[in-house]
Amino acid sequence: MALTGMRGLSVFISDVRNCQNKEQERLRVDKELGNIRTRFKNEKALTHYKKKKYVWKMLYIYMLGYDVDFGHMEAVSLISAPKYPEKQVGYIVTSCLLTENHEFLRMVINTVRNDIIGRNETFQCLALTMVGNIGGKEFSESLATDVQKLLVSSSCRPLVRKKAALCLLRLYRKNPDVVNIDGWSDRMSQLLDERDLGVLTSVMSLFVALVSNNVEAYWNCLPKCVKILERLGRNQDVPQEYTYHGIPSPWIQVKTMRALQYFPTIEDPNTKRALFEVLQRILMGTDVVKNVNKNNAAHAILFEALALVVHLDAEKEMMSQCVALLGKFVAVREPNIRYLGLENMTRMLLVSDVQDIIKSHQAQIIISLKDPDISIRRRALDLLYGMCDVTNAKDIVEELLQYLNTADFAMREELALKAAILAEKFAPDLSWYVDVILQLIDKAGDFVSDDIWYRVVQFVTNNEDLQPYAATKAREYLEKPVLHETMVKVSAYLLGEYNHLLARRTGCTPKEIFIIINEKLPTVTTSTVAIVLSTYAKILMHNHPPDPELQEQIWSIFRKYESYIDVEIQQRAVEYIALCNKGAALVDVLAEMPKFPERQSALLKKAEVAEVDTAEQSAIRIRSQQQTSNALVVTDQRPTEGSLPVSQLGVVRMPSGKMEASTQDQTSFQDQGMTKENGVITEVVPQDVPPADLLGDLLGPLAINGSPATAVPVEQRNQNLLSVVEATPEAAGSLALTTVDNQPNSIQPIVNIAERFNELCLKDSGVLYEDLHIQIGIKAEWQAHHGHIVLFLGNKNTSPLVSVQALILPPTHLKMELSLVPETVPPRAQVQCPLEFVNLRASRDVAVLDFSYKFGTAMVYVKLRLPAVINKFLQPISVTAEEFFAQWKSLSGPPLKLQEVLRGVKPLSLPEMANLFTSLHLAVNPGIDTNPNNLIACTTFYSESTRATLCLIRVETDPSDRTQLRITIASGDPTLTFELKESIKEYLVNIPTQTSSAVVAPSQPQSPVTPVAYNDPGAMLAGLL
Amino acid sequence: MGIRFVLLVNKQGQTRLAQYYAEHLTLDERRALEGEIVRKCLARTDQQCSFVEHRNYKIVYRRYASLFFLVGVDNDENELAILEFIHLFVETMDRHFGNVCELDIMFHLEKAHFMLEEMVMNGCIVETSKSNILMPIQLMDKAS
Repeated sequence: MALTGMRGLSVFISDVRNCQNKEQERLRVDKELGNIRTRFKNEKALTHYKKKKYVWKMLYIYMLGYDVDFGHMEAVSLISAPKYPEKQVGYIVTSCLLTENHEFLRMVINTVRNDIIGRNETFQCLALTMVGNIGGKEFSESLATDVQKLLVSSSCRPLVRKKAALCLLRLYRKNPDVVNIDGWSDRMSQLLDERDLGVLTSVMSLFVALVSNNVEAYWNCLPKCVKILERLGRNQDVPQEYTYHGIPSPWIQVKTMRALQYFPTIEDPNTKRALFEVLQRILMGTDVVKNVNKNNAAHAILFEALALVVHLDAEKEMMSQCVALLGKFVAVREPNIRYLGLENMTRMLLVSDVQDIIKSHQAQIIISLKDPDISIRRRALDLLYGMCDVTNAKDIVEELLQYLNTADFAMREELALKAAILAEKFAPDLSWYVDVILQLIDKAGDFVSDDIWYRVVQFVTNNEDLQPYAATKAREYLEKPVLHETMVKVSAYLLGEYNHLLARRTGCTPKEIFIIINEKLPTVTTSTVAIVLSTYAKILMHNHPPDPELQEQIWSIFRKYESYIDVEIQQRAVEYIALCNKGAALVDVLAEMPKFPERQSALLKKAEVAEVDTAEQSAIRIRSQQQTSNALVVTDQRPTEGSLPVSQLGVVRMPSGKMEASTQDQTSFQDQGMTKENGVITEVVPQDVPPADLLGDLLGPLAINGSPATAVPVEQRNQNLLSVVEATPEAAGSLALTTVDNQPNSIQPIVNIAERFNELCLKDSGVLYEDLHIQIGIKAEWQAHHGHIVLFLGNKNTSPLVSVQALILPPTHLKMELSLVPETVPPRAQVQCPLEFVNLRASRDVAVLDFSYKFGTAMVYVKLRLPAVINKFLQPISVTAEEFFAQWKSLSGPPLKLQEVLRGVKPLSLPEMANLFTSLHLAVNPGIDTNPNNLIACTTFYSESTRATLCLIRVETDPSDRTQLRITIASGDPTLTFELKESIKEYLVNIPTQTSSAVVAPSQPQSPVTPVAYNDPGAMLAGLL
Repeated sequence: MGIRFVLLVNKQGQTRLAQYYAEHLTLDERRALEGEIVRKCLARTDQQCSFVEHRNYKIVYRRYASLFFLVGVDNDENELAILEFIHLFVETMDRHFGNVCELDIMFHLEKAHFMLEEMVMNGCIVETSKSNILMPIQLMDKAS
């Protein structure tokens, strides 16, 4: 077992191997590490041989999973050794142990360069390999030219050139400019003529990277690729060494076909014909053979060819050949081929007109859903999800539900989510939809996210026809002895709302419903208790003629919870008791929930995240969630159930019209920001009492995630064109967009930019802009006259966005600094661009971001207003009545104090206005003005020149006409007074809301949906069927 | 499209060779990742396919006697091409060691590394000709 001259290493490895347990191993490793450490420390003149030995030991220990935090210097120093064996170890171990930014690497950069430009080929190879593996930006700058020279040099041998190609690829990735110089397309084209297949293997990888970033520059290379395929396909000039089990380098063939998939189409008829011949031969000529390796290699090529054919959207005949092949594959027993068959069929779905043929394989695919192999099941699930439409939704969803019983835990959440989405998208009737969701909750309650049951509540609320049915179903489920808590929630909610619709049925008297729900009460958690209490209150309201016994039972429960430990539950119980004593008022307050305004399904969004990573909550998943577009939005997501009772509290208080709510401290106001936005729902269904807050919370996550089209990956959206059963106008709008403007050069935003801007003026994070390719999110922090905004540029595609440019046109009152915006946003990645503001003086001018990028051949330009508006530089402040009046009096009259009567104001209740003011950073100071219809707010304005300036605001409202009010603003700076007044005026006259999709949607002329349907997703869903 | 890592692990879950490309993981991340993957792949039967979806990438794996070869690849990688690349790696080692076994790789870790280094660079395949891959090692053997 002796090793080439390194006996100590073998002995060590043997020792480790003979260790009986992990503890022994650790002791042995620690001993060795101690030994190496002492050697490195004490023996200054360690020979290269000894160093080599120790460095290998270090690598071995590192591989075993132990920390090796020393000796890196020694490894790196071996790079400078004169002899090959030592140098080799130095290079290899360095690239294993060190990362590209390690400072030691900087020290050897010259040695590395000398090796690269030196005459010794083996040294060249070692150096190129290390730089190719871990070279960073600095290497890119100092070595790129040398590496390029080697790659194209005619005197250089293939063994060096192939390494140079991949080394250059690394340097290019670190700094794309290194190959952006003119003439590279010609060079690349020459490189593709390469005879040596080793060089060609590497060059093809380099080419794929280049072409994926910029197809336009490399059209001249396209025929070369086809030539390579012809050469390999016909086995011409292929040395034996490059045939793998009789197949000419399958890896080059695969890579070449991959490169071709970056070209949108092939124009030249000769090239096209040649390529199609090659593809045809692959499609027809790949047979199943006994030799596993040959078989796999041939199928690797076949699957790549399939992908290329699909990409080229080839002639019908060829396409149907592909579908036939895939149909065969999804039915074979050999698991690898079946897996790939399913995977490729899913990809093929992107080509619209094969859907029907794929549907004919549905039964086979469903068999794979039950395969013992999770990899295959997962592919089958994805495919079924992709191929589902109105015609087969019932079958597929029922299969999914059935499978849910036996599915492994890793898949259940995804499965539940997908079933819910399909049921929603393709429901043939709404009662079926309700059935599916209730079954889902029943079978896999733990895996059903809250979004799913919120959604069913929305549908039921918005569809009167559905209500009795849903209530009946809920009642039936309650019969089950064991019930998932989510089911208790949804049943209690539905029965609270609609128990009166069942009144005449057996077992459905208020009392019976109460009893059956009450059986569950002892076992549920507080979030459910809250819902159940509301249900009881509603049952009580429908208790006609009054049943004193029931009333007493419910009251006794309320009383019990009056002293409950959870403050929200306690509050609720107290309020319900108080309400019950008000008699008729109860009916008003507990009236049925109003219909929900139109909302996009939050589920689709989740599905996309789930696609990124299906099973585990891993670090990478978390990272990817942060990177994907919804990261910003997620930060807004409050614990929904937790906040539910909080806002319920508001329900009772609001009618009293007192301003107590505003005595809550600032933070809780901000916490309620969301509630406030949702509170606007009340405008849709005007009622005396705004009961919208409970709804608001139910809807919370839906509303937040609301940006509609992000939810569907672009491909899927296209594919869904046929099945327009999209429940929302905005999505329908974007659908229409993709049909009408399928050309890449007419990219339209899929969000209402103005609306987004308005929203962001009131909050600090959210989406600023979004289209098919990019989403720009914002997260802002404000501190006195400083502002810090981070722009999140999220690429939604699987290919990079290039030529990204962001230019800011700052207004004169703002000093701004935008950090460097990268030119390329990599696929599916998100880059952050911080932006600093300094406010110089008060002004309502707005900073504009000139943003552009290139996708494919299309340049997209947009101008976006940045929400660095005047109110962001305000800081709320509370003052006492004395302080207020002292200031108020001293600032007498214009220009320091301005007054204006505003008409045509959006009607807002005082609490709503207070909320608006809070989002504008104005502190509402109750109790200063004795008139309850007036509102006093104070704030301080910060700018570089003035520092803090106190501003006082008084709004006098007219309770009999909420469309008019008088506003008075005072500050020590006339410009500030004026600008602030104008700014607040704009907000009052045109209140930005999050829920105004109904208002905005008609402005999208592309939307083919009638406005009537906007408010009613259910009606839309039903109407489309 | 690319190779993220190459892992050789025996039946007992002991790592015999590990080479990561592109992203550098901390020791803890690496240990966690290897643990997860090994648990996932080693539990699979011969009747199951050679591809395992893990986090946001795939593992293409193959078993040779007591040793598992696990290659982490991006989701869009051609799975079968990687599967056969594993075999090519094994064939190459076989040519060098003759009837390669786990112990060969264990005690000649540096050679396994040299070979892999000749085959993969920064996650891309550099060379598939066995004689070219083995050339540097043979040169060195001759020299010593």
